[in-house]
Amino acid sequence: MTNATGDVQKKLPFAVKDCALITIATGIKVQNLKEFAVALKDVPLGSIYHHFWGRLLRALFDEPEYNNDFASWASRGLHDKSLAEHLSMVIPTDYKDLEGLRQEMVEVVEQHLDESEYVPWAKADQQFHFLKSQIVIFDTGLRYDHPAELVSQIKKLSTGSIYYHFIDARNRTEERHDDFSSWLNGFDGDEFNELTRNLCGMDPYFSSLKEIRLNVSNIFQKFLKKGEQ
Amino acid sequence: MKRQSKQSLQNMLAEYEAVTSPNVIHQLEQLAAPLKGAKVLHINSTKEGGGVAEILHKLIPLKQALGIDADWEIINGNQEFYQCTKGFHNALQGMNQSISEKLLRNYEKTNKENAERLNSKLKDADFVFIHDPQPAPLLKLTPKRRGKWIWRFHIDASKPYRNVWKYLREWIIPYDASIFSLPEFAQPLPHPQYIIAPSIDPLSEKNCPLPEHEIDNVFSEFNLDPELPLITQVSRYDRFKDPVGVIEAYKLASKLTPLQLVLAGGGASDDPEGEAVLNEVKQASNGAPNIHVLLLPADANRTINALQRASDIVLQKSIREGFGLTVSEAMWKGKPVIGGDTGGIRLQVIDHYTGFLVRTPEGAALRTRYLLHRRDKLEEMGMRAKRFVRENFLITRHIREYLTLMVGLTSGDDERINVGKS
Repeated sequence: MTNATGDVQKKLPFAVKDCALITIATGIKVQNLKEFAVALKDVPLGSIYHHFWGRLLRALFDEPEYNNDFASWASRGLHDKSLAEHLSMVIPTDYKDLEGLRQEMVEVVEQHLDESEYVPWAKADQQFHFLKSQIVIFDTGLRYDHPAELVSQIKKLSTGSIYYHFIDARNRTEERHDDFSSWLNGFDGDEFNELTRNLCGMDPYFSSLKEIRLNVSNIFQKFLKKGEQ
Repeated sequence: MKRQSKQSLQNMLAEYEAVTSPNVIHQLEQLAAPLKGAKVLHINSTKEGGGVAEILHKLIPLKQALGIDADWEIINGNQEFYQCTKGFHNALQGMNQSISEKLLRNYEKTNKENAERLNSKLKDADFVFIHDPQPAPLLKLTPKRRGKWIWRFHIDASKPYRNVWKYLREWIIPYDASIFSLPEFAQPLPHPQYIIAPSIDPLSEKNCPLPEHEIDNVFSEFNLDPELPLITQVSRYDRFKDPVGVIEAYKLASKLTPLQLVLAGGGASDDPEGEAVLNEVKQASNGAPNIHVLLLPADANRTINALQRASDIVLQKSIREGFGLTVSEAMWKGKPVIGGDTGGIRLQVIDHYTGFLVRTPEGAALRTRYLLHRRDKLEEMGMRAKRFVRENFLITRHIREYLTLMVGLTSGDDERINVGKS
């Protein structure tokens, strides 16, 4: 099995990568929902990626109310709770690619505009600034042939590695899930099916990268312990 | 800047590893690998006083420890030069301020002299980071440059006074990239604008742990009452920091809650207005016994550290603020911060979680009274504040972003850059 970047291949060892992300201003900012709808159609796809995923590697308080920046702005900037709720239930992995995700966002916003009696607006200092990011990926040199070798190392992985393999992978791979699952699917037989199911069943949207790391580690540990019994 | 020995640089990395974690340092080493030996030059206008100098004092040796040939130079100028650049500073933060032709010509002449003095370093560097407007013309004055030039802007320029920005923009346009602390500060420019928040150094004298007796000493040293709650604002005497508003907030709060206020500030060598503002502050305090206006020397870092630790609450009631390092400093010491609802303070003070954001002296007074009466909330917010700084505003995060930017700039416009082994 090969993913979009060729990182995870059948029976090849799991290659641990790490990444760092830097934020770049697109120069596009909006004051109200109508401007937002227009800008959403034009911003680079990297901006959609950044506001859904990149936020996890930015300064973010540990209990975010909404799981993407668009929904947060709808709530805090526009004070439009129902729009925030609609936007926060757009799940990126439901769409084939970022363009599909963008189209769905535009649909949600335009429908909301159609149903609104007036155009929601934000105060002068609460504009939405569209950002994008540049991601630098590097190989840590760490390789693991079997889940039993990987399990003790998961807790030691950097948050950048967790981001790359657990979050970024959802945007990067055809399967739209994490790299660990892609790797496990490459093993013959159904030995790791349950482990894969558990990993794919994790909701990463409300957790910090440290919490995700802990959860992934616990899922691996629990599975392997069960196997030993 | 005097270079430290290889051993001392390695020890420094080990110390940061102890405060953060081994994989934080390991990540930095891997990111820095493709930049090994790169000549990186930082230029600003002062070695002492103010947040920029403070960051550079640690950023440079950290880069050196990671194998980068980092160096730091300052631009020299006369009084008129600093008068002009202070005018830029005020205008870029939104003050309607014109700058005379005479001052502008002196600004250009000073930059020309500095460009000649620093010529060999400027043209040989692989990366040149120019901090703030003072040395901005150096790029155009170095025609034989070979490296990437990045303009790093530290102040809140969300609503600059247009005439001054129009003048400065011409110097900034040819840069390869610029860096702003917040997306709100970015300006229309024809090159990539990176967003990097500043940081504090957990190992510096200003932020390292202190023995109890050293913290207690500040009460006797500054004639403070150890029995009274203490609120403190640490910052330069600058109108944008609103020290007079802090005194007003203290006066309102102290009507119902006994407390004392310390305003602690020093001067920066590039700030000619400090003395006038200090006089305004003294006048506003009007000799009140529980208002302590301190003028501290630039190297009083341990004293500031002790004052912040001795405080119950720290204020940073700025009306404009690029970032406000003192906010993260206080939060790192487990103190909730009552900050002005502006600029970079919003990035650090999460309203009702790590402190409170306020717009008026009344707001600051109200939140002060609330926290002093609800000690449980004060402790809870302080703990959250410390955790928030550990995760987001330490120098290790800052240098990671600088390294990412440098790798990014040398790799073109690609959104995804693969480096190292494959």
